[in-house]
Amino acid sequence: MRFLRKYPLVMFLTRRVGIAALLLLGVTIVTFTLTNLVPSDPVNQALGDKASGDPAIVAQYRADHGLDQPIVVQYVTYLQNLVQGDLGVSLQTSQPIAQELGDVLPATMELAGVAIIFSLILGVGLGTLAAYRRGKFTDQVLRVVSLFGLSVPTFWLALLAYYFLFYQWGILPGSGRLDPTLMPPPRVTGLYLVDSLLAGDIETFGNALSHLILPAAVLTLYTVGLLVRFARSAVLEVLNQDYVRAARAKGLRSTSVVIRYVLRGAMVPIITVVGLAFGGLLSGTVLVESVFAWNGLGQYAFNAASNLNLPAIMGVGLVVGVIYITINLIVDVAYGFIDPRVRVTS
Amino acid sequence: MTQSTVNPALPKPRFRSPAILRNPLAVIGIVIVCAWLLVAIFAPLIAPFDPLATSEDRLAPPGAPYPLGTDTLGRDVLSRVIFGSQVSIPLSLLLVVLSMTLGSVLGAIAGYFGRAVDEIIMRITDLVFAFPTIILAMVIAAVLGPSLQNAVIAMLIVSWPSYARVMRSLVMSMRHREFVLADRMLRFSSFSSLRVDVLPNVIGSILVLATLDVGTAILLLSGLSYLGLGAVPPAAEWGSMISVGTQNMDAWWIALFPGIAILSIVLALNFIGDALRDILDPQSGSTGRAS
Amino acid sequence: MTAASSIESPSESRATGLEIRDLSVVLPAKRKDPSPKVLLDGVSLSLRPGIISGVAGESGSGKTMTGLAVMGLLPAGARASGEVSFGGQNLLDLPTGSLNRLRGRDIAMIFQDPSTSLHPMLRVGVQITDHMRTHLDVSRAEAHERAVKLLERVRIPEPVEALRKYPHQFSGGMRQRIAIAVALACEPSVIIADEPTTALDVTVQAGVLRLLRGLCDDLGLAVMLVTHDLGVMSAIADEVTVMRYGSVVEHGPRFDVLTRPSHDYTRELIAALPGNKLDDSGSTS
Repeated sequence: MRFLRKYPLVMFLTRRVGIAALLLLGVTIVTFTLTNLVPSDPVNQALGDKASGDPAIVAQYRADHGLDQPIVVQYVTYLQNLVQGDLGVSLQTSQPIAQELGDVLPATMELAGVAIIFSLILGVGLGTLAAYRRGKFTDQVLRVVSLFGLSVPTFWLALLAYYFLFYQWGILPGSGRLDPTLMPPPRVTGLYLVDSLLAGDIETFGNALSHLILPAAVLTLYTVGLLVRFARSAVLEVLNQDYVRAARAKGLRSTSVVIRYVLRGAMVPIITVVGLAFGGLLSGTVLVESVFAWNGLGQYAFNAASNLNLPAIMGVGLVVGVIYITINLIVDVAYGFIDPRVRVTS
Repeated sequence: MTQSTVNPALPKPRFRSPAILRNPLAVIGIVIVCAWLLVAIFAPLIAPFDPLATSEDRLAPPGAPYPLGTDTLGRDVLSRVIFGSQVSIPLSLLLVVLSMTLGSVLGAIAGYFGRAVDEIIMRITDLVFAFPTIILAMVIAAVLGPSLQNAVIAMLIVSWPSYARVMRSLVMSMRHREFVLADRMLRFSSFSSLRVDVLPNVIGSILVLATLDVGTAILLLSGLSYLGLGAVPPAAEWGSMISVGTQNMDAWWIALFPGIAILSIVLALNFIGDALRDILDPQSGSTGRAS
Repeated sequence: MTAASSIESPSESRATGLEIRDLSVVLPAKRKDPSPKVLLDGVSLSLRPGIISGVAGESGSGKTMTGLAVMGLLPAGARASGEVSFGGQNLLDLPTGSLNRLRGRDIAMIFQDPSTSLHPMLRVGVQITDHMRTHLDVSRAEAHERAVKLLERVRIPEPVEALRKYPHQFSGGMRQRIAIAVALACEPSVIIADEPTTALDVTVQAGVLRLLRGLCDDLGLAVMLVTHDLGVMSAIADEVTVMRYGSVVEHGPRFDVLTRPSHDYTRELIAALPGNKLDDSGSTS
């Protein structure tokens, strides 16, 4: 009986994971194809003008990097290596790409993670407030604020924040993840906030936090703009439901009604948007990281793209694809846990 | 059961033009957008200087004769902001028209024919969605080489799927309605019923999406140019102007004013798009349900 | 009374019965709709312990609005005047905080459709106990125990398991029984039942109505039964009030109103009933 009841959930999860895996394969094909459409020869780029004049050096280089193989073979080789966790070697640094990505990824995850948490709290809170005050002054103000967040160019806002809070007033640090005088905490997760706490190093924690505030705040504004709009309409939808009226008829305090009944009912659409917003957030990090010299995935992608570093671009595309697909998988699975009906109907 | 007797039952898009003028934010938006269109059209008449002409007055702060100051090469910031509208506005409109056309056609085909065709097109949209817009556009722009033309191509590749999805779901929802079935019985070809009956119903929704997307396109284009993957110097483009401004933080006016230009027009478009959405979906705007 | 009721000892001191006097509700003029809308116009009605007071009328007659006005659940912007007197207080004057101490505890409501009035994503147990924990000084364990007894009382099989389930795992009739258990959780003295059987299959309607009748008699509840269905009315109501256009057109004991209606509108409603349903269902009460 118990097993049978859980069976649909297992089916549901298997299906979702299968779709995610297929999508992932598609991602590898896309990144690979895209980066092989390059009109300019990456060999010249990597070797420089002088060396690329010598055919022997060029041929050696191409053979070393497998660039003389047919495209399909190159792809299959790439896929085989991928399964073993080998993403190839960077054309710029000759370092393993997996290792380089491992160094920059936590920086971006820390930034995006903090931003998404703040966005969620602010966005859902303000969106709910706007729904309750529908048509009133507060609602109008929040509408303008959220549209502002959606309209402001991220990199320009980042520059404004940098200019005032760092350059002019010196309130907050403006670049990097830590002051140059501090050593990064011993690496466990690569997230400085977590690692410094694990090491019991409060000073480093505080410093890392102060470095995080500006870029995270800039990233948050866009996502908050998005979430306020969606949370507002999701909550409005739920406020019309009978179960909210029934909850009020039970004489529950309005905070209990909002948290237990209204927000739970609105959670599915809100979670969907958070999943979508995470993709937008990763786009935002590219621009924000470049303003705040935040050595993360966005900076790495930009450098790789500017230098036609094919394997590195493929690596970034893959990692970003994996992140996106994982987030979507989490969102899908979250539906199953938030709304018990999903487990049965799908 | 002829076409003429079935067609009047079509749900018309719930859109009345005067309603938009009752929304104060939308009116502000329309005024700003119209103003920018005029600026773009009459840029050579309005701008006090040649946007590309350098001068000895480098890094002059705002004041006479440069109302918004000059940049590192002594070019007038006001003139460059004015001419910047001639880059961002037409290119964004072009992009939206292209991606709307491409996305709508592919989405309609997917929705109408279903099965394998639908499956292939939708899996491609999934793939494009699996990449954050900027990263994909960045890779494409980098691969094709930095230029405005390539930036637009990159943006086209990332922006058509949302139209395809909207179009597909709208077409799917109408596919089984009577009027299409009636056509089938009358042995109309699949394509002519698609053109005659289905398309007019979805154009309203697609247009709202397009309004909102012009703003997104302006933001994305300026972002790519800021990264050096769109407009190349010395072109007067807002994103690349801001990028120049970062080289000298004391000359804050170089980056400030192009940013205000982007913000004002995108915000105006969002005001309009938001109002349009309220009109199309009155549920989010009206008062509570009476019992 | 039930075993569960012994937890709440001072129930005798609690107010019984509810008096609606000259209740009017007006929806003020809006920009879109310039004339103010009168939803209720001078409605008077009294609910007394052990009595099921039926309120009939077609949709838009104001019968549901009367119930919502008592619960303080009027639509946004609506203004109520007159008096809803309960325990020496006029409910219409109470601020939300004081009203919240009464509703759910002393006055409870049963809604029309249990598939929408129960939260689809909350376990049944939570929905039965959360207001118990708010209103009454009971521990989690006591609340759980009371919830089991309540489900037994409304004849839900396997009540302990049922508390762990979600509403969609029950049939429509079972869901409405759960909604009734939710309403009874704090032992209210007044119940407003808004079309409690309309959304149910005909085959389970009678069972739910018998349950309501039984609860009313056993617990001495004052029940306001809102329904458009005179068949339901004749099955269990003691008194009948007929409403139209926001006003009361006729009021009296069930037998009088249904067999010797004095108002044309009531006659129309009775005439609209199929066959001799009145006689058949009347005998079941």
